[in-house]
Amino acid sequence: MQIVLFHLMPYADLDLEAGRKNGTVWVKLPNRHFDPEKGHKLYNRYLDELEYGEALGFDAVSVNEHHQTAYGLMPSPIVTASALARRTRKVKICILGSALPLRSHPLTVAEEHAMIDVISGGRLVSGFVRGIGAEYHTFGVNPTVSHERFHEAHDLIVRAWTEPGPFAFQGKHYNVSYVNLWPRPYQKPHPPIWIPSQGSKETIDWASHPDRRYTYLQTFSPAKVVERYLKMYRDTCRGHGYEAKDSQLGWAVPVYVSESDESARSEAKQHFEAFRNVFVKMPLEMLLPPGYTSRESLKNVMKAKAQMFGDVTIDQAIELGLFVCGSGATVRAAFERYWNDMRFGNLLVMCQFGTLPGELARRNMELFARQVMPHLKELQ
Amino acid sequence: MKFSQSFIEVDGCRVNLRRGGSGPPLLYLHGASGAPVIMPFMQQLAERFDVLVPEHPGYGLSDEPAWLENIHDVAYFYLDFLKHLELDNVTVVASSMGGWMAMEVAVRDASRLASLVLVAPAGISAPGVQPADIFLMSAEELVRNLFFDQRLAEARLAEPVTAEALDIALKNKHTTARLAWEPRLHDPFLPKWLHRIDVPVKIIWGKEDRILPIAFMEEYKRLIPKAQTHVVEGAGHLPQAEKPDLFVELVCK
Repeated sequence: MQIVLFHLMPYADLDLEAGRKNGTVWVKLPNRHFDPEKGHKLYNRYLDELEYGEALGFDAVSVNEHHQTAYGLMPSPIVTASALARRTRKVKICILGSALPLRSHPLTVAEEHAMIDVISGGRLVSGFVRGIGAEYHTFGVNPTVSHERFHEAHDLIVRAWTEPGPFAFQGKHYNVSYVNLWPRPYQKPHPPIWIPSQGSKETIDWASHPDRRYTYLQTFSPAKVVERYLKMYRDTCRGHGYEAKDSQLGWAVPVYVSESDESARSEAKQHFEAFRNVFVKMPLEMLLPPGYTSRESLKNVMKAKAQMFGDVTIDQAIELGLFVCGSGATVRAAFERYWNDMRFGNLLVMCQFGTLPGELARRNMELFARQVMPHLKELQ
Repeated sequence: MKFSQSFIEVDGCRVNLRRGGSGPPLLYLHGASGAPVIMPFMQQLAERFDVLVPEHPGYGLSDEPAWLENIHDVAYFYLDFLKHLELDNVTVVASSMGGWMAMEVAVRDASRLASLVLVAPAGISAPGVQPADIFLMSAEELVRNLFFDQRLAEARLAEPVTAEALDIALKNKHTTARLAWEPRLHDPFLPKWLHRIDVPVKIIWGKEDRILPIAFMEEYKRLIPKAQTHVVEGAGHLPQAEKPDLFVELVCK
């Protein structure tokens, strides 16, 4: 199994009361709550944590993209991935992912990812996402064309990476007379493409297609839900006439390891609950603007509203497999059990979450890397 | 007055059309919330007009045609609709999103139109004024913000939400987003052609409108200087629903 250290870079110094009062930290939480001096320290601390991931033996480190929110301070994962490309030597660098429909021109994504791939000597893993619903509110991009913009942007990027330029691209949203990428990516035919998702049949159908066989990552979902979607991915591959490799499946999950189960829970509690009950939270209308999902999916979410939008305690989260927390032995056993059920070839662990301070985040990474990771890497 | 209900097909799109009354034709173009029922003001108008209440493509029980991508598609659809039904000398009464559609129709071809009555029309931007963010409101907040008289909002909220009504609400919202998400509720190129509307225009606005603030009316006065304007006191975004008697009087005046 390949183990990825994933970071959201949240604004951990957030005034949680302000976040709670506002109902969400997305879209409309006034940016006076962001202090650039605290931000300076946080960015450098978080980049240090990711660089430390290489020293601890993680296979990859990962950044992601979110806009106008305290949930994650990486409106451009390109900036953080670029910094990592120069400060690391061996580790893969994952951008999970770039929100294609939010860009006014996808060629900028093709160019920036190619630059990082060339600078890092072929260590880039490219992720493509649509951006979450809230970001259609912040950017004004029409959510009802989100899918078609995503697909067209993807096609343009992959062709720009792989086909000899110059050539013309004719689309509905993008028209380019001369696609002629300088630089071309380092990896052949192009950097691996991973598709993070909260769970969607349409995404699975598309990612698993034999022309693509992109790695599908289920993010921050209860273990049962992860299992259902990973199974759906394998079944869809069979429908396409091939068996999915384990490396085509991944799970992204927050993790906390301490000396004992008790100390793990007591140390992580307030920070995890801040993550789940303040940073993640947003109203339905913000999460799922019209057309972002099918209306059937939207209705299913509306039915499960109380469960999805209510608070979750750390104990409930551990029970649900939304969070993996405990002593090294407990966490190892939990992942072995989950792996036996799901056979994911990629595990993305988020070792910093919510307000978790630097000291605890680093110790969490160290304990995970020493007590859990070596065993998981051997699973195959 | 009894309204008939039927489906007609125009441009490959089946639309739900209710029609009642007699007299010269009056086309009502509904707003983002649709026109699920015949309302008292429609009944009153039917005493003097042949009132047509279609549900727009993408709304209510009408089809969602693949060609429906922007407000201009709706304008061409309604031009074909008028031609298909051989309607002439048509009074168009149009609310909010419908008002925007009416203007997009009229700048293209007003030859079948007698006049426009625009009720808090969307369609333009105005410096320093923002429409309320209808896409971030819950269903309840939206209803509360539509009405000045909160008793009317309470009555609307007390209606049971059937599975069919929920499906239609989601469909209407989807189409509204498709047409009006960005640029939000307006067409930046519309103002430069508004001078082409060569039929009389009346603009009616609820003084307490919390969706499209009445400040928008000042911009319309500048853009359509010949328009008559009427402010309805004690009404929100839907003066036709809140003050039907006065509204009908203003339409017929």
